Amino acid sequence: MKIDIKVPAMGESISEATIGTILKEAGSFVQADEEIIELETDKVNQVLYAPQAGVVTWTTSHGAVVKIGDVIGSIDTDKQTGKAPLKEKKEAKAPPQQPAKAASPQMEMPLLQPPPAPPTSKAGVRGSKELFLSELTIPELQQKDPIRQEAPATQKTQQPAPQAPAGARTETRKKMSKIRKVIATRLVDVMQQTAMLTSFNEVDMTQVNALRESYKEAFAKKFGVRLGYMPFFVKAAVSAMKEFPEINAYIDGDDLAYRNYFDIGIAVGTDRGLVVPVVRNCDAITFADIEKNIESLAHKAREGGLTPADLQGGGFTITNGGTYGSLLSTPIINPPQCAILGMHKIEKRPVVVNDQIVIRSMMYLALSYDHRIVDGKEAVSFLVHIKNVLEDPSRLVLGI
Amino acid sequence: MANYDFQVLVLGSGPGGYVAALRAAELGMKTACVEKMETLGGTCLNVGCIPSKALLQSSESYEFIVERAGEQGIAVKGATFDLDAMMKRKATIVKGLVDGIAMLFKGKKIERLQGTAKFIDPHTVDINGKKVTAENIIIATGSESISLPFLPFDEKRVVSSTGALSLKTVPKKLLVIGAGAIGVELASVYRRLGSKVSIIEMLDTITPAMDAAICKQLQTLLKKQGIEFYLGAKVKSGIINDASVTLSVEYENKPMTMEGDVVLVAVGRRPYTKALDLDKAGMTLSPKGFVPVDANFRTTQPHIYAIGDVIEGPMLAHKASSEGIAAVELIAGHETHLNYMAIPNVIYTHPEVAAVGLTEAEARAAGLDIIIGTSFFRGNGRARCSGETDGFVKVIGEKKSNRLIGMHMIGAHASEMIAEGMLAMDKKATIADIAYACHAHPSLSETIMEAAQAAKGS
Repeated sequence: MKIDIKVPAMGESISEATIGTILKEAGSFVQADEEIIELETDKVNQVLYAPQAGVVTWTTSHGAVVKIGDVIGSIDTDKQTGKAPLKEKKEAKAPPQQPAKAASPQMEMPLLQPPPAPPTSKAGVRGSKELFLSELTIPELQQKDPIRQEAPATQKTQQPAPQAPAGARTETRKKMSKIRKVIATRLVDVMQQTAMLTSFNEVDMTQVNALRESYKEAFAKKFGVRLGYMPFFVKAAVSAMKEFPEINAYIDGDDLAYRNYFDIGIAVGTDRGLVVPVVRNCDAITFADIEKNIESLAHKAREGGLTPADLQGGGFTITNGGTYGSLLSTPIINPPQCAILGMHKIEKRPVVVNDQIVIRSMMYLALSYDHRIVDGKEAVSFLVHIKNVLEDPSRLVLGI
Repeated sequence: MANYDFQVLVLGSGPGGYVAALRAAELGMKTACVEKMETLGGTCLNVGCIPSKALLQSSESYEFIVERAGEQGIAVKGATFDLDAMMKRKATIVKGLVDGIAMLFKGKKIERLQGTAKFIDPHTVDINGKKVTAENIIIATGSESISLPFLPFDEKRVVSSTGALSLKTVPKKLLVIGAGAIGVELASVYRRLGSKVSIIEMLDTITPAMDAAICKQLQTLLKKQGIEFYLGAKVKSGIINDASVTLSVEYENKPMTMEGDVVLVAVGRRPYTKALDLDKAGMTLSPKGFVPVDANFRTTQPHIYAIGDVIEGPMLAHKASSEGIAAVELIAGHETHLNYMAIPNVIYTHPEVAAVGLTEAEARAAGLDIIIGTSFFRGNGRARCSGETDGFVKVIGEKKSNRLIGMHMIGAHASEMIAEGMLAMDKKATIADIAYACHAHPSLSETIMEAAQAAKGS
């Protein structure tokens, strides 16, 4: 029997991957669960394992760009021995590829997940002219026949420009990276497919600052991590999500699905682009756990070692533009999530407290939400709840 | 859930309805199909596509023998035709096909309900006094010819396509109002059989759904065959006399009268819904008279679907069939998809016209950067051997993706050749895919390949 080898789903924003090292050449015999091929994306790298023992056949090659769900080869379980000479010959001929290298430990993924269903009834079965035209811009359809097809216009401009004389007005071009293209497509999709708007508030961080100041040494000593702002934000968000479950819901067809768990994505900037690893069960874990989780995920993100499982399934996102000095911004939601909380720079500002102008550490909060799911009243109250918790963290203890 | 008589009830047995009913039965659903006529098959099989093609073939064969057989060294003296025999052949073809559907219905245990369906409530339909309930209902009642207020159809002197397909004698002078597909096809039939034919069209072009270059070529060729065209002409009024009809026409800003012994009114078709009592099921029609549906063929009642000519879009039998299948598969919970850009459109004149995808004007209007390639049949070996050198293929691609976005052709057997363009559109092929696919030689389809090569080079 022949078993297809398919490109598995690799995370919410990943639609294609590049074939990395082929660890088992075509014609070779593999044991079940042996590593057979590497897939690379800009976010994660993943090794596929043989679903069963047999002789492997590839319909793809190193460097090929494949889509999620594509069949890239098969395992013939009827053949129990590989063609050794072919394998050796191929290996001798093969371009300087790395020999079969062991997968990194964090790449243990469930085997060959079923591919996502093709677009059907949810989007509507009537494939319109507009859909057809919109697909003309899907990059993988643009170059199916690289040998025979002329290089598309975009590649021509990529050729090294002649040296410009000093002072000339030139442009430098480079090809958009895959991750940048994915980000671009998804952001525009969100703007077009959701009814998104942003609500603002401001929060006095004096008490959070005081808490951090009082306990930073004890915390660091006991848990080995620094007490940052993020656990406060995460816990405040969880508390508010419990009050307003719509924020933790998503639209599925005609249904509204309310998540009864609290997985929060934390946006992390890396030099390859923005990624949003997910901290799980935020309601059940401690401040220290949150810090440790974020630290480990951020480290993985910067090293390019995030696995699909690290990125999938968040119910809500927190993004902290304050790290880079942002005073106020309107974050864009990360579907199917319906809201995102933007934190900003904390700065001392004059505010009025009890009819006195005093100096307080202030921060603006921004909540972008999908108005299809969440009404203004809920969204604003959610944000006010977060403000109240952050201004008086003892509410977390009391659960109010 | 309530107990319904049927899981799927299809209203209408045309190419949309009967195909939907067959698919529903195949998928194991208890299915019934309502038809007011005595035979199944709707307009297409009984009084549309099929009988017209039968007459087009007979008349074309006759014309070939009389006019063009000589080119190939065949001398036929005194060739005659028998209109009655042609009509009988047509009727036999139609009977064979509609009986075939009846057999299929029987074989698949589809209940055939004869009568006119009227909604009583969203799940109940009255069929000539008999109440039938259904879990899902598919409206596939099709369309009817539009008449002119001053020229009601009598199907003798003033005929719709239905009457034109059953004339007792060949009219000496045939006036055709409307230069759409039906107008030019039936004009061709009677012109070949000896009628003097004039086509009166309100627009400045014939067959406006087609690419402009194709329309121009078709008009030139039909004119050469002897059809007179009055474009941009308005029919103001008409008088039906004993043996003729007189039309008052405004043409080039001057009034004129035209007389013919038969007038074919082919100004379009409108969705046929008036007997349905849609309001009883809580549905209203669009301003143009169509049944409004969503992206999944659902009306405002989610269990009532509508397909084919009663919904907006080109009125094509094969579109209705594909929609019928898609709607049934949705009901059955299957995954399905219908690419509207890959639905071909054919006119069975001689030479034939066929198209799929965007016309050049549509592509430009959509703001696309396009590449165009054209290749003529006169350079094609097979076309020369067949003596069918009129016409050309025009291929339109999108520059950046190199994808095929439109294919247009006029030439012998274009109706068959367009299948290549249809499949290419559906499978999202590029111009290069077509240009490098190995086409049989010698064959007319090489012209498609050459047009694609020309587009690639442009």
